[in-house]
Amino acid sequence: MIKLPKSFYDEIVEAAKSGRPEEICGLIGGTVSGDEKTAEEIYFLENIDHSNEHFSMNPKEQLEAVKDMRSKGLVPLGNFHSHPESPSRPSEEDKRLAYDKTASYLILSLMDIYEPVLKSFRIVDGVSTEEELVIEEDK
Amino acid sequence: MKLTVTGNVKEYQDGLTLKELIEIEKVETPEYVTASVNDDLLGARDFEGTVLNDGDTVEFLYFMGGGC
Repeated sequence: MIKLPKSFYDEIVEAAKSGRPEEICGLIGGTVSGDEKTAEEIYFLENIDHSNEHFSMNPKEQLEAVKDMRSKGLVPLGNFHSHPESPSRPSEEDKRLAYDKTASYLILSLMDIYEPVLKSFRIVDGVSTEEELVIEEDK
Repeated sequence: MKLTVTGNVKEYQDGLTLKELIEIEKVETPEYVTASVNDDLLGARDFEGTVLNDGDTVEFLYFMGGGC
């Protein structure tokens, strides 16, 4: 399970909407307790593909984000990206390029711009499994 | 020598290469990993020829990308 504060959800939705037609992407840092992940920071990173069909995170920004997490005592929990025109499920390319078996892969669909859909997945050896995502009110 | 690897300070043998460190740390699918040594980003082709020094800070970053 991964818990995401509502404010982060709102930020991701707004960034995805304003970033259209390109896919937006970023990293999630937080804490882990047993099987429960809690997001404490999100980092919006440049999609260096600047595409509505692909994304690749800027590796320099990725490094900066990881360093910031470490300085705050957080660990990388996973990442998020938007699907401006397709459903919230890992595409074949998403699965092929999911090299981190421990990561949560959050996908925000804007197929219906008025009803964004955010889901989280674990992807291991090309097989995706939806993970429970809890969006909770900020503390 | 002491290295800071993914945020943890540990002792390693002198003269260790990045490739050897990746093996010791059991980094999965290293062909898809970018490493940083003191903030310099290095790809897989650089791992074997990179000798680490006392005090170096190393991070391993998985390529993160996808489609729709």
